[in-house]
Amino acid sequence: MLSLRGLSTRFGNNWVHKGVDLDIPPGEVVSLVGGSGSGKTTLLRQMVGLLTPTEGEVRVFDEPLFAGSREAQRQRRRRFAMCFQGGALFSAFTVYENIAFPLREAGIATEAEIRELVALKLSMVELLPSHAALMPAELSGGMIKRVALARALALEPELLLLDEPTAGLDPTRSASFVALIRDLQQQLGLTVVLVTHDLDTLAALSSKVAVLAERRILAFDSLEAVMQVDHPFIQEFFLSERSSRALARAQGA
Amino acid sequence: MADAIRTPELHLREGCLSPTGDWTLLALAPHANRLRSALATASATRWDLSALTRLDSFGALLLWRAWGGRLPADMVLPDGFATQFERFVAMDEAPVPHPPRFVFTDLLAGVGGAVLGLFAHLGDFLALIGRLALDCLHLLGQPRNWPLKEFSANLYKVGVKAMPVSALVGFLIGVVLSYLSALQLKAFGADIFIVNILGLGIIRELGPVLVSVLVAGRSGSAMTAQLGVMRVTEEVDALTVMGISKYVRLVLPKVMALSVAMPLLVLWTSAVALIGGMMSAELQLGLSYGYFIETLPKVVPAANLFIALGKGAVFGVLIALVACHFGLRVKPNTESLSANTTASVVTSITLVILVDAVFAIATRSIGVPL
Repeated sequence: MLSLRGLSTRFGNNWVHKGVDLDIPPGEVVSLVGGSGSGKTTLLRQMVGLLTPTEGEVRVFDEPLFAGSREAQRQRRRRFAMCFQGGALFSAFTVYENIAFPLREAGIATEAEIRELVALKLSMVELLPSHAALMPAELSGGMIKRVALARALALEPELLLLDEPTAGLDPTRSASFVALIRDLQQQLGLTVVLVTHDLDTLAALSSKVAVLAERRILAFDSLEAVMQVDHPFIQEFFLSERSSRALARAQGA
Repeated sequence: MADAIRTPELHLREGCLSPTGDWTLLALAPHANRLRSALATASATRWDLSALTRLDSFGALLLWRAWGGRLPADMVLPDGFATQFERFVAMDEAPVPHPPRFVFTDLLAGVGGAVLGLFAHLGDFLALIGRLALDCLHLLGQPRNWPLKEFSANLYKVGVKAMPVSALVGFLIGVVLSYLSALQLKAFGADIFIVNILGLGIIRELGPVLVSVLVAGRSGSAMTAQLGVMRVTEEVDALTVMGISKYVRLVLPKVMALSVAMPLLVLWTSAVALIGGMMSAELQLGLSYGYFIETLPKVVPAANLFIALGKGAVFGVLIALVACHFGLRVKPNTESLSANTTASVVTSITLVILVDAVFAIATRSIGVPL
């Protein structure tokens, strides 16, 4: 579905990644974790082609990200979507126009169909139809995340990338947003890659965990298996008292 | 997942319609119009969805619209696809409201809103000046709190950095003005009056206005955009919470810097424009540099220079105040930022020209040789 081959990134004289290899199979929910400054978001931005790695290659749907003609790349980009940390909603557009935007750009659906599709996406992310007329500046943090998710889902992507999906949300909202992502993932059969700091989110969502430390992927496996890996970073990340509580909570839920 | 796309088709067999293949946005893209019309003309009442390989909400929507917004009574619907349609049922009960139509009263309301908006602008502008004046009064007692560092930084940004461009523009204007005037004056044999025309025209009128237009476009817009982005990122609010007056820290240095930089820029630009004019006069009319420099103080009374410097200072204050006024009105979206930056530049240039006209009337008997 998505694979990184020998990815290396250098900022100035500093190697952020060195030889990162990762193969994400379809249908999985992969959480990318790592310490502050370990380059998680950088990796995510490379996956969607916002940054070009110094060395190595990103492949999506078994093709290099930048292969083929302009049109082929456009088609490929339509098959994945990304939710940015701050939502990155177009501030001059209403919620409705934000969600309709990718549909209009694709030029497949008619205006009447777009209307119903937007209503559908709004109901998918559990927003009310009356929210459609609001401007992004009028939305709360949780609503911004939901609208961003609805916009990302507008073109029916197969692969969804989430940057800190629950950052800035209170625990209740964060839990309901996580539940929403999980439900949608199961209904739509999405492959999801997410970057998160939040252990509750990690435990509740991910079917696999990729640990990024020491400039490479230290471990890539199910949460239980990753926790068994004997490495100081992993031990500290998952087995501290705070983490154990979060993980126990997730298992109880 | 990355397997080949199966072309979506619609088959009619013995009165039973069955869509086959992938009914997804990606797969439907090249076939959407053909299938839409096929669905519109299909008359069968029995449906079989068991041959579908994939169905997403766009595919489901096409079918749902063909069915007239409800599930057909006689159909085969695999469980995996049923959930797609459940959402439509819920959705049709609460559709997205249409934006209200534009009617005549909206036009009336728009005009009224514009007029009220103008008053709001005037009120806000007065309030800005008032707050600034009060804060300045307050600052008189505490000289330590004057924003001198910001003042100096702004002075460099709006003054020093504007020197090359204003010199270039001034020089070219001087050359062109001199050349065109020389052509006319030659015809009358009044060559030596070129000094009067250039001296009076550039020093008294053209210099200040030219610099104002340049500075409004260059620094006014930058000030509005800077304050606007600071509003969007809540930096202005952060200042307020820290108990630091935004008028003292953000507005005052800009106003001070422009009121000092503008007269200096006027002086600089006028000088360069005169040099351009002088060179052109020498080439065109054979007027020596020495004659030009010697005659200039005789035909242009010094009062003109002071009027020009005064104009520069007033225009500078105006541009800075207008820029800050619009900058502090920016709402947190990109549209508002661009609208306010445009409004700032247009308003300050217009105001400068209006005030210049007032100056012209008020000083009509000063410094003009009769």
